[in-house]
Amino acid sequence: MSAINWPSVQAIFHHEMSRFFRTIWQSLASPVISTVLYFIVFGAAIGGRIQSIEGVAYGAFIVPGLMMLTVLQQSVSNASFGIYFPKFSGTIYEYLVAPTGWVEVTLGFVGAAAAKAVLIALVILLTSFFFVGVHVAHPVWMLAFLVLTAVAFSLLGFIIGLWARNFEQLQIVPMMVITPLVFLGGAFYSASMLPRPWDSIARFNPVLHLISGFRWSFFDFADVPVGLSLVAVTAMIAICLAAIRWIFATGWRLRD
Amino acid sequence: MSAIIQIDHLSKRYDSGTHALDDVSLTIEQGEILALLGPNGAGKTTLISIICGLVVPTSGTVRVGGHDIGSDWRAARRLIGLVPQEIALEPFETVAASVRFTRGLYGEGPDEAYLESLLRSLALWDKRDSKTRELSGGMKRRVLIAKALSHRPKVLFLDEPTAGVDVHLRREMWQVVRDLRDAGVTIILTTHYLEEAEDMADRIGVVDKGRLLLVRPKAELMKEFGRKQLRVELDRSLGELPPDWRGQGLSLSDDGRVLTYDYDARAERTGIGRLLADLNARGVGVRDVSTRQSSLEQVFMALLEENA
Repeated sequence: MSAINWPSVQAIFHHEMSRFFRTIWQSLASPVISTVLYFIVFGAAIGGRIQSIEGVAYGAFIVPGLMMLTVLQQSVSNASFGIYFPKFSGTIYEYLVAPTGWVEVTLGFVGAAAAKAVLIALVILLTSFFFVGVHVAHPVWMLAFLVLTAVAFSLLGFIIGLWARNFEQLQIVPMMVITPLVFLGGAFYSASMLPRPWDSIARFNPVLHLISGFRWSFFDFADVPVGLSLVAVTAMIAICLAAIRWIFATGWRLRD
Repeated sequence: MSAIIQIDHLSKRYDSGTHALDDVSLTIEQGEILALLGPNGAGKTTLISIICGLVVPTSGTVRVGGHDIGSDWRAARRLIGLVPQEIALEPFETVAASVRFTRGLYGEGPDEAYLESLLRSLALWDKRDSKTRELSGGMKRRVLIAKALSHRPKVLFLDEPTAGVDVHLRREMWQVVRDLRDAGVTIILTTHYLEEAEDMADRIGVVDKGRLLLVRPKAELMKEFGRKQLRVELDRSLGELPPDWRGQGLSLSDDGRVLTYDYDARAERTGIGRLLADLNARGVGVRDVSTRQSSLEQVFMALLEENA
């Protein structure tokens, strides 16, 4: 019988969130300051020279991209650090000897990482109201894309944390892979603005699909069909879950 | 007593080719203290790591409370608490939060009354709101014990519980372990301190090169393998050891007044009667007689040499 050990999910979730709330101001201040800087540089300085994209003022246009940028970075870093720190400090044994399986550990760590990322993204949305007029066309879908993306990238971060053997490895994937994908994924522009063949090549970037779907929930237009965005994020979640299940089943980098 | 842990033909071979455990079978009775002795790399930690779920065995089975650790791992693990060799704690967490967290991992809801009694029993109640990084090494070890006991396990594994701990604290820890045993917890400890095993264990298992050389009740082991020494205080000096006594385990003190005799307590004829008769025949009186049992350390070394 392998019913889910819910109290352990709650314990891990609470444990991770309490670390976040212990340093709440640092956790929120850094992304908020970065976002304000983006608004000043891209919204005011550069945005003043760009009329509008698809009828949306440039300052407002970049809001979904900025939220996605933060969600992706926060999800990956929170989840990867969350599981890597017990490995580093040696407390990982607690999770391995307790009656908690991969489902509970993943739900606890990924749930907390995604919750933190969503919370920060919503704070950024609130911050953006001070700079630009943003209207959310499909609020429920906006929240759905936000949560699904946060979960997908928290799962990816969780895998990175399980894989990493040192802090350098923990940093290298977000720095070398995630950030370039976000910048090339249309965070600050529409893929249709890219010259050929880059507009076609960009469509192989999975992050473009996430940002596009999320932007659709705000402005009702997208670079790729919304259904495809949903398929992309769902596929990413499924692939990551399969990888995590394999890691726990084999004990790769966890058990001897 | 009934068996709480049943280990059958357990082996572990690492990818590097190291044979950490070789066909180990062992039954651990409920409520006993079993000490596993062995040199570094003998396989003690591998054995308890497999039972606790940290290491995957190559072959063999382990049942804890009747539950297989592979197919029924949740039920098996609920019965186990582990105190690891290394002190591993979240530095910014308070003692109470740390213990509550471990209890949660085992699927148990909060129980503040039990938490208080547990922390009090380990002299940690006054430190419940202290961050673990602020504690001394001994207190950190006790926090690890509190965490391991947070879900009221039936079996507690202590991997080198007093490694690097001063003598005073070591004795304090031994008392904690005895109290746990009195409360019905089965305790399996690995140790390098033979004094620890000698003082606490009901049974002793000796592990070397991945093999379990033997498991015996401590008293039986000491009796079986222990050599004894007879010390005879004489009423006058013998001068020197008579030539016909040489090479028979006898030695004489410098002043010739104390004769010591190493003998095998298991032997049918220990030779004590003959020695006393010889002394009498030589007209030497005996002022005092005492015996001394060899220590577990000597027993342990003898066993390892025997199996080298």
